[in-house]
Amino acid sequence: MGKKVSSFGRTFLTLGFIFLYLPILILIIFSFNESKLVTVWGGFSTKWYGELLHDKQMLGAAWMSFKIAFLAASSAVVIGTMASIVMVRMGKFKGRVAFTSMITAPLVMPEVITGLSLLLLFVAMAQTIGWPAGRGMLTILIAHVTFCTAFVAVVVSSRLREMDASLEEAARDLGAPPWKVFFLITLPIIAPALISGWLLAFTLSLDDLVIASFVSGPGSTTLPMVVYSSVRLGISPKINALATIIVLLASTGVLTAWWLARKVETQSVKLPTINS
Amino acid sequence: MSWGRRSVIGVPYVWLTLFFLVPFVIVFKISFSEMAYAIPPYTQLMTWADQQWTLNLNLGNYYYLFTDDLYIRAYLSSIRIAGISTIICLLVAYPIAYAIARAEPATRNALLMLVILPSWTSFLIRIYAWVGILKNNGLINNFLMWLGIIDQPIAMLNTEFAVYIGIVYAYLPFMVLPLYTNLMKLDHSLLEAASDLGAPPWKVFFTVTLPLSKAGMVAGSMLVFIPAVGEFVIPDMLGGAETLMIGKVLWQEFFNNRDWPVASAVAIVMLLLLLLPIILFHRYQARELEN
Repeated sequence: MGKKVSSFGRTFLTLGFIFLYLPILILIIFSFNESKLVTVWGGFSTKWYGELLHDKQMLGAAWMSFKIAFLAASSAVVIGTMASIVMVRMGKFKGRVAFTSMITAPLVMPEVITGLSLLLLFVAMAQTIGWPAGRGMLTILIAHVTFCTAFVAVVVSSRLREMDASLEEAARDLGAPPWKVFFLITLPIIAPALISGWLLAFTLSLDDLVIASFVSGPGSTTLPMVVYSSVRLGISPKINALATIIVLLASTGVLTAWWLARKVETQSVKLPTINS
Repeated sequence: MSWGRRSVIGVPYVWLTLFFLVPFVIVFKISFSEMAYAIPPYTQLMTWADQQWTLNLNLGNYYYLFTDDLYIRAYLSSIRIAGISTIICLLVAYPIAYAIARAEPATRNALLMLVILPSWTSFLIRIYAWVGILKNNGLINNFLMWLGIIDQPIAMLNTEFAVYIGIVYAYLPFMVLPLYTNLMKLDHSLLEAASDLGAPPWKVFFTVTLPLSKAGMVAGSMLVFIPAVGEFVIPDMLGGAETLMIGKVLWQEFFNNRDWPVASAVAIVMLLLLLLPIILFHRYQARELEN
């Protein structure tokens, strides 16, 4: 391909981007609105940001969400990478079909089903083996690691498949043990995919309302849960301010990651030296 | 099998079996028990009394689902709403994916990133944005009334229409991505051959491009349809009381009525309805993951 975008295509792209970005733009504009009525302009003000910073409940929930997302993304990258190595490099083994099903099904599973089923598992486990004793941060973390693993596995395995397998073979032929091949050859090459997988998992975890609502317990309120209960009561400019901060952080993060990835791509891939 | 190989397979395998597969077995089990005022709030399937185990299988929850017409209507309207939204999504996403795939390599990456960027910001907040746009004294109504086109606000929020907008808005990137991947892999020489043989552009598109992008259309549609059937946030925030969707019914059954067994039965029936689409999606995705 690589032809110029036709005027028809350009019109559709423009309309598509207006549809995608206009609601977010409106949200940001009204976060600077003096008036409490979110749809009537009452003058420029940053007071909602000030109120947001003094909202103890919101800040506490944000910190809780951040901790869970950080831990969930990090664990999901480890398990998800293992899963993609199994799918791309390990060939046939017993239970392979079941394995790939457990990677693909969480990608589309309705959240209410995942949430309910995990809650019932935790309750049944607590009854029979006494662990986990209560529901809270740990149970949310386990739930998030589970669905994030599937997304990480998809991102990492596509990179793993594109990667030149002969590099690994060469290292193996030269006598490097499997773990050394992985850490010296495979890992540096798939590192960009691990970073984007981590970021994806982090965002998905930070964003989850439904599953966390099922498996959380008293004292473990996440940010989406606070946002949800506050928007249920009606529109509030404070939520607009929060949205603006989230949009700002997310776009800075994504753009930086995108820029870094492009820089890595344009550079020639330097091979690590094997000293053995 | 070496120790290392076994543990690389074992860790993800055990984790996913324990936290993804086993939970469904438990949901299935609890869908046959009865609600009880106890902790946990359901009766045990197996009880030990008089020196023997007794199995108390209760089909009442399923009977209830099929006799109370609320549930059947909720299932049907979920499938209808998700189906219509998926079709709209496909119609909107196809030209976008097509235009991106035909763009020059340098702009292609940037355009793709712009499509994905909104989904990195909060889902909940993006749905919330539409509340302010669609409500009676919201932006669209205020604007139309200011123009003098209408003098009474049009009810848009708390209607099915709002749910369609919400689903298309939130799931659009999930449709664009597989379509784009598919269109990128398209063999360009086939298109050239068709046009060299005298086919006009529209004919090339409908007889070559469209049939060859079937896999992307199926994957994208399943990626939208399946989660949309069980969607909770969108019908709850935009659909109001009159929009009936099964994800919302399950949520209310669990959180408001605290009837875990009925909620489990609702989940099992939903899973059965979605089994075929999930298998379809799995077949596509497994091919993508493996070859």
